[in-house]
Amino acid sequence: MRAIVIDDSRAMRAILRKQLVSVGFDVIGEAVHGADALARLKELGVPDLALVDWNMPEMNGLEFVVAVRSNHDYDSMRLVMVTTETEFDQVTLALAAGANEYLMKPFTADALREKLALLGFEAH
Amino acid sequence: MITSSASLDYVRELVYQRAGIVLGVDKNYLIEARLATLARELKLASVEEVVTAARGEQARKLNPRIVEALTTNETTFFRDVHPFNALRDHVIPGLLAARSATEPLRIWSAACSTGQEPYSIAMLLKTHFPSLPSGRVKILGTDVAESILARAREARYRQLEINRGLPAALMVKFFERDGTDWTLESGIRSMVEFNQFNLVTPSTPFPQADIVFLRNVLIYFDEATRGGVLRRVRAALAPDGYLFLGCAETTASVPDMFERVHIGSTVCHRPRNPA
Ligand SMILES: C[S@@+](CC[C@H](N)C(=O)[O-])C[C@H]1O[C@@H](n2cnc3c(N)ncnc32)[C@H](O)[C@@H]1O
Repeated sequence: MRAIVIDDSRAMRAILRKQLVSVGFDVIGEAVHGADALARLKELGVPDLALVDWNMPEMNGLEFVVAVRSNHDYDSMRLVMVTTETEFDQVTLALAAGANEYLMKPFTADALREKLALLGFEAH
Repeated sequence: MITSSASLDYVRELVYQRAGIVLGVDKNYLIEARLATLARELKLASVEEVVTAARGEQARKLNPRIVEALTTNETTFFRDVHPFNALRDHVIPGLLAARSATEPLRIWSAACSTGQEPYSIAMLLKTHFPSLPSGRVKILGTDVAESILARAREARYRQLEINRGLPAALMVKFFERDGTDWTLESGIRSMVEFNQFNLVTPSTPFPQADIVFLRNVLIYFDEATRGGVLRRVRAALAPDGYLFLGCAETTASVPDMFERVHIGSTVCHRPRNPA
């Protein structure tokens, strides 16, 4: 299982990386915003999972989701928004754009693990 | 203030007698911590005072509060995922086919805590079996703790709770945001009936059911209590029914009563015949 982490906070990326590794992911890349992530993906190929923050400079998480979902090469990549945006309409928007799951910050390691399990990613 | 060992022993015995929950001396810290919270709620100065009051005139009021304070109510929506997939793909279609339209399917969540488990089943039914007439499936949620059941009936969840195990698509389909909390729509709420029910009271009959979710509660009991509960579940379960236990739980205390079956990625237990 391969993943990338997209968040402009270095501390948050470190937390997410650690939690992903603990459920058996290989975290193959990190990016600080959506455009950075698109560039990284070109080098890295298609991971199984991307954790995507919403509020980031240059290209935000929602724009990233829209961009990724317009390219069928990435159809197999699961997208999980991990964000402080917790309004009903924002969750709806992200899902409509093609996000597969949505986790609201702050969250516990268990909550992330449970969301990943919903998508079929489980530690063995 | 240090709680006396006599008071700790009183609590240990009370919680075991009333709920079957075993609190060894290694759980003294838990008794202290949980009852310290209760003491603050009751505006009493210490755990010792709570116990003194409970052993005196306020027994009827305080003993149940002490027992409730020592239950562990952690739960999530769609906990462990796979049992719910098994319900959706195999168990519910099979049982619906085996029952006539006038025989409701009875699902019992037997230690339902704040409701996430029975509500997950209700959302699953609504989503994957949308044309089922109301009343075709009955979902019962029970727990020993009244205050916890009140929260289950209210169906209002904090962000930390809504974050756990609930697919985002179901969150926006069935919940409304209310401040920072999320409340479940009345359509799903009305699919679940909640009743107080103590699994270890010897005299009360267990509700008849086709599917029993008895998850993450046997772990708090001793071997004898587990055996007693499982025997009564076996008697209340339809001969072609299904029992789901928590990941760390087995039917080892009643070795001949159930058969372990694999369904998809989960394990469940079916009555072995003859009983
Ligand atoms: C950890 S929760 C499990 C909730 C849910 N079944 C799950 O798996 O997520 C355990 C619940 O068992 C309840 N419980 C403890 N002793 C009980 C008893 N004797 N009878 C009924 N419920 C009991 C507690 O109140 C608590 O809500």
